[in-house]
Amino acid sequence: MGKSMTTSRKRWELILFPLGATLLLLFVWHYAVRVSHTTIFPSPLEVLRGMGELSSRGLLWSYMRDSLLRVAVGYAVAVCLGVPAGIALGWYPRLATAVNPVIQMLRPISPLAWMPLAVIWFGVSEVAPTFLILLAAFFPVVVSTMNGVRNLPLMYLNAGRNFGLSAAALFRRVIFPAVLPHILTGLRIALGIAWLVMVAAEMIAVDSGLGYLIIDARNAGKRYDLVVAGMVLIGVIGLCLDLLVRRTEKLKSVRWGFRAE
Amino acid sequence: MNAQIAGETQDALLGLRMNAQIARARVTPAVKTKVQIRNLSMTFSSDGKNVEVLEDLNLDIHEGEFVCLLGPSGCGKSTLLNIVGGFIPPSRGEVDIDGEVVRGPDARRIFVFQERGVFPWLTVEGNIGFGLFNLSRQEKARRIAHYVKLVGLQGFEQAYPQELSGGMKQRVEVARALAVNPDVLYLDEPFGALDSITRLIMRGELLRIWEAEKKTILFVTHDIEESVQLADRVVVMSARPARIRRIVDIDIDHPRDISSRRYLELRDSIFSEIGLAHKV
Repeated sequence: MGKSMTTSRKRWELILFPLGATLLLLFVWHYAVRVSHTTIFPSPLEVLRGMGELSSRGLLWSYMRDSLLRVAVGYAVAVCLGVPAGIALGWYPRLATAVNPVIQMLRPISPLAWMPLAVIWFGVSEVAPTFLILLAAFFPVVVSTMNGVRNLPLMYLNAGRNFGLSAAALFRRVIFPAVLPHILTGLRIALGIAWLVMVAAEMIAVDSGLGYLIIDARNAGKRYDLVVAGMVLIGVIGLCLDLLVRRTEKLKSVRWGFRAE
Repeated sequence: MNAQIAGETQDALLGLRMNAQIARARVTPAVKTKVQIRNLSMTFSSDGKNVEVLEDLNLDIHEGEFVCLLGPSGCGKSTLLNIVGGFIPPSRGEVDIDGEVVRGPDARRIFVFQERGVFPWLTVEGNIGFGLFNLSRQEKARRIAHYVKLVGLQGFEQAYPQELSGGMKQRVEVARALAVNPDVLYLDEPFGALDSITRLIMRGELLRIWEAEKKTILFVTHDIEESVQLADRVVVMSARPARIRRIVDIDIDHPRDISSRRYLELRDSIFSEIGLAHKV
């Protein structure tokens, strides 16, 4: 009984505490705008009204959809390329020796630095921002997967080989599940970065999406209420995406690879 | 004086070895050699230096026999087990099993690691059924159920390893090995990470399983008591480079009375062989 009481209290805390902190922040924001008599920075209510306006113009959902779609495509391609590449690099040390310096050199270049090239290559199209998102998500996926394969305990491999598994079965039944927690960590980091890069990527080359909303609202009439509305939407969706990915880490077949929180 | 005692022990050993062989002969008519280690040497090279780990080992292990490899930590007994298991090729010499040279791991001979060898991404059932991919669904389920029961894990079939204690994980690994019905089990300090009470229980379980399933067992340990409690023969190894110092027949029937005179005699002879006074 004692235990159930503490867990139920904890559940309340998990909801009430963040809610309280958010309300406090909104309160401070609201009064800071009031007291300072600023005409540029919007109050929370003005931001809410801005969202309502976007919604009534039919932009709210279409912008969110476009942004999510670009991230989904870029991210999916990055994962489809990055996971196999990471496995190959982890499995063949010579390949890693050859390619790793290049990866480590490309990694610190912000995807945004590729923007001019992306526009030259892909023009003003959907492809340019998607390409930047792909680039941003690719490296974390490759590096996490590679490290996972490199640090694969020899014991698992030996145990798998001992039972007479073919190479394909060994990969499917031992190597892949053993590396999966590392891959998921890479996927989570990559999704966060992809979502970050989306905003900047949409400021060029396209005329929809949450990134475009921000730059457009500022350029066309200094609508800072819409700028902040875009920011809030980006934050909330980012939070939801992260929660969604974290759920996969709770699956029992991968939970062993994550430290208890 | 020492020589006299040694002589007496030798005589006693000879006599008892014959008894033991007669006893074994009654159970299994012909003693067949299962594992043959011949002129086996192993040299590792690290930083340009050659380190001799195993030096010219020769050993025959009979079918159905329980042999303990006993030696100090780092003496190379795990290396020996890995070579016999087919995971490492030896530098010189060879290992024959049923007259065939070992060239790699084989599903007829399963290596049991410390409980860390259990796959954490599979349930108890998934782990135990891991090697049963060639069987029909019903046969697989039947085998899994049988070995779950044999190692006493009923009710934990759907549990994941992180939900189990060390001793339970060790049982899962032993069951996973037994489920493919191997002739030989290699155990590399399997109970080393367990607490002393669980370790005692697991030794009893292993003996019970060994008697029920008639496997040949090669068991690596650095624990003298453990070797005398379990083995038919204890192979005492020297420090690196490992050689066989002596092979001790443990001629006591199971279940063994670990305060009997014979047990203490054998234990103390191994203690003195290794050069340890049996005093703390």
